[in-house]
Amino acid sequence: MGKTLAEKIIGKHAGKEVNAGEIVLASVDVCLMQDGTSPLAIRQLQKINLEKAANPRRTVLFLDHAAPSPRKELSNDHITIRKFAEKTGCQVSDIGMGVCHQIIFESYLNPGEILIGADSHTCTGGAMAAFSTGMGSSDVAIGIALGKTWFRIPETFKIEVTGEFQPGVYSKDLILYLIGLIGADGATYKALEFTGDTIEQMSISSRMTLSNMAVEAGAKAGLIASDKLTKDYLKKQGRVSRFRELKGDEDAIYEKVIKIDASRLVPQVSFPHTVDNTKLINEAKGIKIDQVFLGSCTNGRVEDFGVACEIIKGRKKNPKTRFIVVPASKAVFLEAMAKGYIRQLVDFGAAILAPGCGPCVGVHEGILGDGENCITTQNRNFKGRMGNPEGFIYLASPATAAAAAIAGEIIDPREFLSRKKIKGKKVRVSRKRK
Amino acid sequence: MQYPPINGEKEVVMILKGKVFKFGDDISTDLIAPGRYFHLRSNLPEMAKHVLEDADPSFAVKVQKGDFVVGGDNFGCGSSREHAPTIIKLAGVSAVLAKSFARIFYRNAINVGMPVLICETDKISQGDEIEVNLEKGEIRDLTNGITLSFAPLPKAMINILNDGGLVGHIQKHGDFKID
Repeated sequence: MGKTLAEKIIGKHAGKEVNAGEIVLASVDVCLMQDGTSPLAIRQLQKINLEKAANPRRTVLFLDHAAPSPRKELSNDHITIRKFAEKTGCQVSDIGMGVCHQIIFESYLNPGEILIGADSHTCTGGAMAAFSTGMGSSDVAIGIALGKTWFRIPETFKIEVTGEFQPGVYSKDLILYLIGLIGADGATYKALEFTGDTIEQMSISSRMTLSNMAVEAGAKAGLIASDKLTKDYLKKQGRVSRFRELKGDEDAIYEKVIKIDASRLVPQVSFPHTVDNTKLINEAKGIKIDQVFLGSCTNGRVEDFGVACEIIKGRKKNPKTRFIVVPASKAVFLEAMAKGYIRQLVDFGAAILAPGCGPCVGVHEGILGDGENCITTQNRNFKGRMGNPEGFIYLASPATAAAAAIAGEIIDPREFLSRKKIKGKKVRVSRKRK
Repeated sequence: MQYPPINGEKEVVMILKGKVFKFGDDISTDLIAPGRYFHLRSNLPEMAKHVLEDADPSFAVKVQKGDFVVGGDNFGCGSSREHAPTIIKLAGVSAVLAKSFARIFYRNAINVGMPVLICETDKISQGDEIEVNLEKGEIRDLTNGITLSFAPLPKAMINILNDGGLVGHIQKHGDFKID
């Protein structure tokens, strides 16, 4: 009988053949923690005198959520983290380097590996065909110290996506649509496996957006087969020798198969205060926007900046709307700079902040005021998420977010794309700017 | 099924009794432990004063030792912050009951030694007095007289919970002892 990706990868790490539903002990290859979860994990290890790492070179502690630190309490947490790393030999990714999930992907994770992380969006690594899952501080602390953890092998939902996106529609729209379809708990405890020709043709960056948001449907992992694009990516990152081709078997047992025709999708917006409160762009049009955030582990990559720049090119930011841009990593920052995106964004009126989580977690760098609306490319819109329970968060693609920065309200980004295609004609730009 | 001492009591408590604080679906970890208190993550007793603040601002003031948090579907969705179940426990709550839990929260709750019970919660109302028998897997609503049952935990989790959480489990056995 065939195996799902989750069964294959965890089985290899458990040293035996496994099936969904079994509970096993498995070795872990890579561990990550961030500045919000590390201090508690470190204290847990100190409590039982187990301050050590089984694999320090592949255990990475990230200072990204509150980076640079906005408060002395957090500066002290950062000290705790750096000291622990010094003592155990673990790696520190300090301020300015970027978001944990982006850097783990760029520099550590390989196909077929297991990554556990004390951050729920650790599932981003699924786009590397690695079993990557988020856990709490205690679980990851023990995983770091012992080099293993326990898993219940999840059942898998196969998400089969076919067809070509219309212009102005992206992987973010697909994942928001899926979460709206199955609900915020529609895949609780399950693994998702994204397959189909849409996924095969999708860039690694776009795939990461899908895997990143698997947890927003309750899933434990969001896995994607490794292929030639994965190999090319690893080559670019200087570790092509770690590539291996891995995919779920045709005759594996999938609990559910969900088929989506990508060509029929339109831009999507998730309304406050749940990610599954997804609506079509038409239903969102005209909502006044005070702040736009382009960034995060979901959509803070070069490709996303390119999409945003295509929308804003030759247009002016609405003076009543703030625009915050945060590259997901130092490498993203540098590449976006080389491509001219950063200059274009700054020129447009964006505030560019240091690589990291930015305003997504509500700790700093763009906390919403009472009654304010924010459209953001991040993954969560829970009440209070951006630092104020009186704020309202709308989730969308980089294109839809950038379009709102121009219009000052939510607008279909395709209006800007199609206008661009009509050469020499300036159509109705002023009409939208009331 | 056996459960660990609750709230520092020496004996294993098998019957929990207290008042219900009722919440809806999708109670996220942002509602339980808001990001704006990120700087209190190394000061959990202080953070516990804000527990569930964005879902019910008066909860932290009103909750008494032994009370229950009762939710709907997808309780604890969102972030992996273990601080969320930890501060619910620190506030004195003896168990969380919900129709379903987000998986990271569920695992975290067990890891910090707090019982999380999956049961039908529609008939339990705000302010009801309930009694939970952990051994029998039974919940009695003393206010409306209804008796409900809850699903048992996987054995691996019972082992961890009985050791007072994951850290206690590893301290006791030196390794995972889940089967």
